Amino acid sequence: MSPRFFLAPFVLTALGFQSLVCAADWPQFRGPNASAVSSEAAPGPKVEVAWSVDLPGRGLSSPIVIGDKVFLTCASGPDQSNLHVFCFSTQDGKKVWERVMKTTGRTMTHNKTSVAAATMCSDGERVFALYSSNDLFAFDLAGDLLWLRGLTYDYANASNSLGMSSSPVVVGDTLIVQSENDSESLAVGIDVTTGKNRWKKERPKAANWTSAVIFQDVVALQSSKGLTGINPRTGETVWDYTDGASTIPSSAVTQTAIYVPSSGITALVPEKGAASQLWRASGLKPGTGSPLVLGDSLYVLNSTGVLLKASIANGDEAWKLRLKGPISGSPVAAGKYIYIASERGDFQVVDTTAPEGEIVQTVALKDTILSTPAISGGAVFIRSDKKLWKLE
Amino acid sequence: MKPFLLSLLLAVPAVANSLKAPLEQIRAVDKEGVGNEQATAAWQVLTKADPATLPDVLAGMNGANPLAENWLRAAIGVIADEAMAAKKLPVKAVQTFLENTHNSPAARVVAFDILQRAEPELAEKLTPSLLEDPSSELRRHPVAKLLEAGDEALAQDKKDIATAAYQQAMNSARDEDQIKNLAKKLKDLGQPVDLPKHFGFLMNWKLIAPFTNVERKGFDTVFPPETEIKLDATYPGKNAEAKWMDFTSQDDYGMIDFNKPYTMLKEVTGYAYTEFNSDEERDAQIRLGCKDGWKVWLNGELLFARDEYHRGAKLDQYKLPVRLKKGKNAILVKCCQNEQTEQWTVEWQFQLRVCDATGTAIASAK
Repeated sequence: MSPRFFLAPFVLTALGFQSLVCAADWPQFRGPNASAVSSEAAPGPKVEVAWSVDLPGRGLSSPIVIGDKVFLTCASGPDQSNLHVFCFSTQDGKKVWERVMKTTGRTMTHNKTSVAAATMCSDGERVFALYSSNDLFAFDLAGDLLWLRGLTYDYANASNSLGMSSSPVVVGDTLIVQSENDSESLAVGIDVTTGKNRWKKERPKAANWTSAVIFQDVVALQSSKGLTGINPRTGETVWDYTDGASTIPSSAVTQTAIYVPSSGITALVPEKGAASQLWRASGLKPGTGSPLVLGDSLYVLNSTGVLLKASIANGDEAWKLRLKGPISGSPVAAGKYIYIASERGDFQVVDTTAPEGEIVQTVALKDTILSTPAISGGAVFIRSDKKLWKLE
Repeated sequence: MKPFLLSLLLAVPAVANSLKAPLEQIRAVDKEGVGNEQATAAWQVLTKADPATLPDVLAGMNGANPLAENWLRAAIGVIADEAMAAKKLPVKAVQTFLENTHNSPAARVVAFDILQRAEPELAEKLTPSLLEDPSSELRRHPVAKLLEAGDEALAQDKKDIATAAYQQAMNSARDEDQIKNLAKKLKDLGQPVDLPKHFGFLMNWKLIAPFTNVERKGFDTVFPPETEIKLDATYPGKNAEAKWMDFTSQDDYGMIDFNKPYTMLKEVTGYAYTEFNSDEERDAQIRLGCKDGWKVWLNGELLFARDEYHRGAKLDQYKLPVRLKKGKNAILVKCCQNEQTEQWTVEWQFQLRVCDATGTAIASAK
């Protein structure tokens, strides 16, 4: 038994679900609790390419990092029906294992996106890979297949012809998967050990590409209707915000509040049954990327590639900084730096403490990037259309 | 025979027998995670199997459902990786498995992938033999080779050789990207290309519209064509009388466009009816592309219904397995247009073809 497994029950008891993974892990889309902020020291401003590895297919999914392994998905083939799951060494990018599966659901997507759009997630012992075809695989860290599901095989109308991208999250021993679309729209809570449903909920019948965030052990599912907090073990609604929300950028979360892309940004404090509104700033309109909170500031990247800094106390804007765009991915942060890449492959580091914000480093990766970086162990990992990169 | 050789020959069936139970456990997986726990344990057994049993594990994919196929695909990948690392891959046996077209297309694709990784020269040598393969995925390789050969001949101005290569590739191509590419090259060389015939699009229909779809309620409303096909009947429609009319598609990709006869209406429902004659009772697929709400019936049986609007359409977007009866088969399509007014929501149309599981067109009998 590895030290990680041995310690897990004690850590779980002492610190709660959210601290199960190691500090250095980046276990899901936008990292720990989907906050987009690393708890580690920043990789620094002057990052350069440490290594890169070729990928056999495209994807918009982000890498995740567990210990000394980085995991990533992609899809290949003329109809994107080959589903790849990769495990690479964080140290040198050497492939540790690869599994190739086939889609059991529909593969149609908009040309810009991909069947490999959702980011994997992990509970520290297992990794879970979800695709737009609604194929879902669970592996242990060594690459042994633990179970699989085909959610469109199970629920025949659960698909979106534009493609889906909601990334799963795992809380305790339940994996939460959204398959939200115009037809058979649903979310399921799946037992991580068996792959069977603990619960299944109908969701609003509308296309939705947002990903869940975790707030005080409650999973917040965003949709065009708003934001619904659910008990991950039972699927029961804990609180509900019903004033509408975006279906593309997801929410930002801290220990005390959630910042929802809803009529600009709406700051909420969820309580039993409802959610109190702290403030609303209609000028803070995120584009495709999701906002993040760093320190006492909220950062929003709008659809024109302008990064806005605002106060989390009241939403008042502090500064605006134009980045090299266009940008599809979401910003992530560590220390005082924000890391983001443009669609044209310009990886940018922003010093948020500069008086008007400042791009302090740009690395031209010269490949299309539509995804969000991951941060772990003093390095940034990001995937482009053709490669996975490590910068440190 | 030397004793050690005899024991080697006897050992393979013994190992294969030990795989019977785990293969059965994996093949028993089903919807919503049924059988996952047993499959997890069985997968561990399989992945530790002797590489010599690889063809037995491949054969486990024959007749398996898509979920079980993926369980086995992952196990085969692990066995093959380890066999290649230990230089124990049973190359000849994998080749024999590939060459037996009674094995499932999915399993044979896995076998070919293994050979491509382990013995690329052998895979290259086998490629031309896959031109008429039951697997459309395996056909891609020789079709691509013929495309290359045609391009090379064309570069040397050898138009007859290029045309022959493209035509041979076209006859075998089943994937849209290759067919589109070949059709353009053949047309550029002045060759006739009949795409509707190649794909098996149904071009001649009777249409009736407009029934209502206000508030998208038409999707679940049973209008008269769902209960009777009377081609001389008229019914009250939405702001107009609805009666059947002839419609023949002129589109290379078989689009049946309601906007052409009815103009660009919104919040309406239309039906299309046709008859397909089959020489025999047989398995087939009805493949549909549609970005409106739709339902399809075959001989009065609802095959599938989907209430998604304007998220996109493509060839073979939906593949519906069917059993054709000998003689006349009645196909009814319901196509619902919604209330959206954006420029990209004007399409009120579908394309439908009849083919086998590889995508090979099945022609309606005369």
